[in-house]
Amino acid sequence: MQPIESFEVPAPSKVNYINAQYGLKSWLLTKDHKRIALLYLASITFFFFIGGIYALMIRLELLTPQGDFLQSTTYNKVFTQHGIIMVFFFLIPSIPATLGNFLIPMMIGAKDLAFPRINLLSWYVYLVGGLITIYALLAGGVDTGWTFYTPFSTTFSNSYVVATGLGIFINGFSSILTGLNFIVTIHTMRAPGMTWFRMPLFLWSHYATSLIMILGTPVIAITILLLAFERVAGVGIFDPELGGDPILFQHLFWFYSHPAVYIMVLPGMGVISELVANFSRKNIFGYSFVAFSSIAIAVFGFLVWGHHMFVTPQSVYAGMIFSFLSFAVAIPSAIKVFNWTATLYKSSISYDTPMLYALGFIGLFTIGGMTGLFLASLATDVHLSDTYFVVAHFHYIMVGGTLMAYMGGLHYWWPKITGRMYPEGWGRFSALVIFVGFNLTFLPQFIAGYLGMPRRYHAYPPEFQVFNVLSTAGASILGFGMLIPAIYFVWSMRYGRHAEPNPWHLPGLEWRTQSPPPTENFEVTPIVTWEAYEFAPPEETEVVGRFGPELERT
Amino acid sequence: MIESHATTQEVHGHRALQHHFENMEQQREAGTIGMWVFLVTEIMFFGGMFLAYALYRNMFPAAFASASNHLDITLGAVNTGVLILSSFTMAMAVYFTQVGKQRPQIIALVLTLILGLAFLGIKAVEYHEKYTDRLIPGHLIPGASFGPAVQEHDQPMDAHKLHLLPGATLKQVEMFYWIYFAMTGMHALHMIIGAGLLIFLIIWSMKGRFDPEYHGPVEVVGLYWHFVDIVWIFLFPLLYLLGRHFEH
Amino acid sequence: MQSWIPLIPDSASTFSWKVDALYFYLSGVTVFFTLLISAVLIFFTIRYRRRSPYEIPRPIAGSHKLETLWTVIPFVISMTMFGWGAQLYFEQYKPPPNAIEVYVVGKQWMWKLQHATGQREINELHVPVGRKIKLIMTSEDVIHDVFIPAFRTKADVVPGRYTTLWFEATKPGKYHLFCAEYCGMNHSGMTGSVYVMEAREFDNWLSGNVGNVTPAAAGQQLYQTLGCASCHGANGEGGRGPTLVGLFGRQTPLEGGQSVRADEAYIKESILNPQAKIVAGFQPIMPTFQGQVSEDQIIQLIAFIKSLPGGTASPGASPAAGTPAQSPAASGSPTQNIR
Repeated sequence: MQPIESFEVPAPSKVNYINAQYGLKSWLLTKDHKRIALLYLASITFFFFIGGIYALMIRLELLTPQGDFLQSTTYNKVFTQHGIIMVFFFLIPSIPATLGNFLIPMMIGAKDLAFPRINLLSWYVYLVGGLITIYALLAGGVDTGWTFYTPFSTTFSNSYVVATGLGIFINGFSSILTGLNFIVTIHTMRAPGMTWFRMPLFLWSHYATSLIMILGTPVIAITILLLAFERVAGVGIFDPELGGDPILFQHLFWFYSHPAVYIMVLPGMGVISELVANFSRKNIFGYSFVAFSSIAIAVFGFLVWGHHMFVTPQSVYAGMIFSFLSFAVAIPSAIKVFNWTATLYKSSISYDTPMLYALGFIGLFTIGGMTGLFLASLATDVHLSDTYFVVAHFHYIMVGGTLMAYMGGLHYWWPKITGRMYPEGWGRFSALVIFVGFNLTFLPQFIAGYLGMPRRYHAYPPEFQVFNVLSTAGASILGFGMLIPAIYFVWSMRYGRHAEPNPWHLPGLEWRTQSPPPTENFEVTPIVTWEAYEFAPPEETEVVGRFGPELERT
Repeated sequence: MIESHATTQEVHGHRALQHHFENMEQQREAGTIGMWVFLVTEIMFFGGMFLAYALYRNMFPAAFASASNHLDITLGAVNTGVLILSSFTMAMAVYFTQVGKQRPQIIALVLTLILGLAFLGIKAVEYHEKYTDRLIPGHLIPGASFGPAVQEHDQPMDAHKLHLLPGATLKQVEMFYWIYFAMTGMHALHMIIGAGLLIFLIIWSMKGRFDPEYHGPVEVVGLYWHFVDIVWIFLFPLLYLLGRHFEH
Repeated sequence: MQSWIPLIPDSASTFSWKVDALYFYLSGVTVFFTLLISAVLIFFTIRYRRRSPYEIPRPIAGSHKLETLWTVIPFVISMTMFGWGAQLYFEQYKPPPNAIEVYVVGKQWMWKLQHATGQREINELHVPVGRKIKLIMTSEDVIHDVFIPAFRTKADVVPGRYTTLWFEATKPGKYHLFCAEYCGMNHSGMTGSVYVMEAREFDNWLSGNVGNVTPAAAGQQLYQTLGCASCHGANGEGGRGPTLVGLFGRQTPLEGGQSVRADEAYIKESILNPQAKIVAGFQPIMPTFQGQVSEDQIIQLIAFIKSLPGGTASPGASPAAGTPAQSPAASGSPTQNIR
């Protein structure tokens, strides 16, 4: 039996999307989804490093119980800006706008996204939103917490709330446009033979993500707009002084911001499905379960926002319903974890860097997901909400989940994106460093949280210091670990080994064209005659424990 | 779709076909689905404000009734009629584009534009009335803070004075007007964008860019226009009509 | 206090060990599944490592039986967590009827507390062991949150609303009181201490702080100076305005056929915005007191109305001092509330 050989990839032509045109203008006015993905890659990396610097400042301040490194006003701005930059300008666009943008058309065999101009527009919108936010940070910063709770944000804060809000508002449209583009592309642009159930799971998870983007983002947009008007014009529906209800803001905010968590993690799950299947040369165990669990997460994700408000005045019965639904939304995630693990059974696992990230993801996401149950459960959430337990939990999902998947995906597709290989040894080493640093940073915070250390504290009682010292040590390792890939990725763009069209020997459509791909992706529109992750002919498929033959898909 | 692959070369002819689409059918479908998806986001966008409206109407029924009574129901009703008519002319424009009749198509588009502008004009008159009656909430307009004259019980009815029903306070009335301006203002903004799109369509149809094979833009703008109308169909009863029975 | 690094905080209320029990259950399940997944991952990764670059494993489509199994099992486990958590939460948020009331006002960045007996405290709360304590809380500015880790309890303090929180301390000592909702510049300085004392000590503490006017008495004075008596009667018996005697907690019929339960929020609304809810049979003649009374004073007026006969407390008398020296063993044993 032969491994997947290079398919009939056309003889590597010298022209690809990178060298097809030269000059700054050819990049800034490009309508090529691959170039736009690179524009996004550069800009979100920029924001990631800003957010990372804020994170290090937070950890340095918390090294000692007294507030000695930063003033409390500065500290409040630092953690607020860390949250805003990381959530709105790194995590939400991270995988969809870079890997998604680059790969969705390639994976379905299309020449581009359905609306290339809207795609470019979305990057400019993102950039304008980002620059306005940067302006707000430089002009004096914002200190409301990334959650902008009223009435603090409307009446009491003396910082640049309106400018930051405007930045986030504008940035929201970039999300909406990206989501709209993905949905239409997946609906209308699939190559002949690429049916819904032949799509790689990366596409299913991006489809689910796009649903959330188009349904949730407008709600946060109008909420932030109302908040800004309330500040500017003294009219208000959130300020109790004006007869408004501050809790309404929280409802509207979390109606978006909880699903936004899934905007951040669903694409990561898509990447992990690709990595697990491709680096074990095995089709995903229970493809349709994994595909539909993405959609289920997107739908259920809209029904659980109230679990952020168990300790705000909310009726006990509403709390119970939200708690129940929050447990329900955990099930599809559990299914994914089990199915990924089962995929490895009797497979052929390679230890390449992307796979290391994928294995790390599964472990960390399990911890992140399970600790979420502590917060879905009402009585424990009363004790844990607004403590470091919450901080640790969502960092396990956002960093241990999304960031790991993003890094894994970036390594995996790097040869396709740049036409160069990254240094494998350094890749494995940094993956290990990041894994260790991450756990050292956030595991102690679970304990500090249960002991009662509240979040957003600039100074804290001395008995929590030991956990914070561990965290800070871990954060330094994590920060160091992130620098290594930053360096070797840049290095490899010039000095890396040239990549073949299909360096990993995989069946996916994106590997059936040259690396880097030509501007139109494929010389001829491909006709798809195979299932997703088809390493071996389908007639060899083994079926374990099915109910009846008629239920089986393949 | 599988067939279309083989026939790509023949269809590639149409001048409006963008390079990344296989054929005109796919391009039109993408445009239509795209607009539908966009309208879903619009529903969510207005949804946030409808939620706020529902919440505060429930909390301050008397104030909302008092404030609602003060809105000009005649102008509101006329505007509703104008918009419904414009939806009709827009539908006619789409039809004439599909069958390829250029002259009636341009006429229908121009009529739609005129009706849309008429709506905005009437809206401006209404806004101006609110301005002179000092019903602009907060300090949206510097120097014109909220402070309407209140109708006393024993005085004869005065259309420019606010008749406060028992249980209503001015603060709560101000809340109504804030929601009123937020919702109708956001709607008017959509109308202005729609009017801008219509101007583009008119220019393009005069240049003869549309034909029975290529009419996606007209259809898509039509969808948008109908959506904006439907939003008004919800706004009108909620803001102008509901609660009117409180009055005597 | 342990000498080694503690993993759980002090346990000092009837509630804390119950939350701990649920926490241990959740932790157990988490550790079990994390270890299970990690062990399987590591085993598979080693057992099925790629031995030759040419090997292609046999595809496996999936297994409906297994997938159903690992859908149902997590669901069942999560439902036990849900049920347990919800039941505890219910218990925690249903305030007991006979609790000692303490009024709490949060403001940037301090806690102002007042006992029903009149003692005022700032950033400190003294409570007796073995008695149910109910905090009635509101905020003067932004949202705050009372968090006492040792009691495993927490509740937001929201401007314009009254929220409550109750606990029964079981162990004398000094415990942290945190503000857990970010409230601006000095958020991390908005901390204090809860002192749990033996009943006798607490009585000493109370009597050591004499000379305070009880909130109800202060409210009565306000009632006179604000001129409420001219309509509601010298002792709240009513007149041109509705009677206030026995008002608190009662369903009050309104003009227009509806009715409302007279709770703290209703009384506050009726003081600040009298036109909002008119009691059936009365004219809307009451002026607003918006801007004339502070949050503290509103709380005092509420306390006065509560103290009128038929309300929850008796006038003037302090509930804590009125029923002193119940032996802690009788009412305050930590195991009292076992289900």
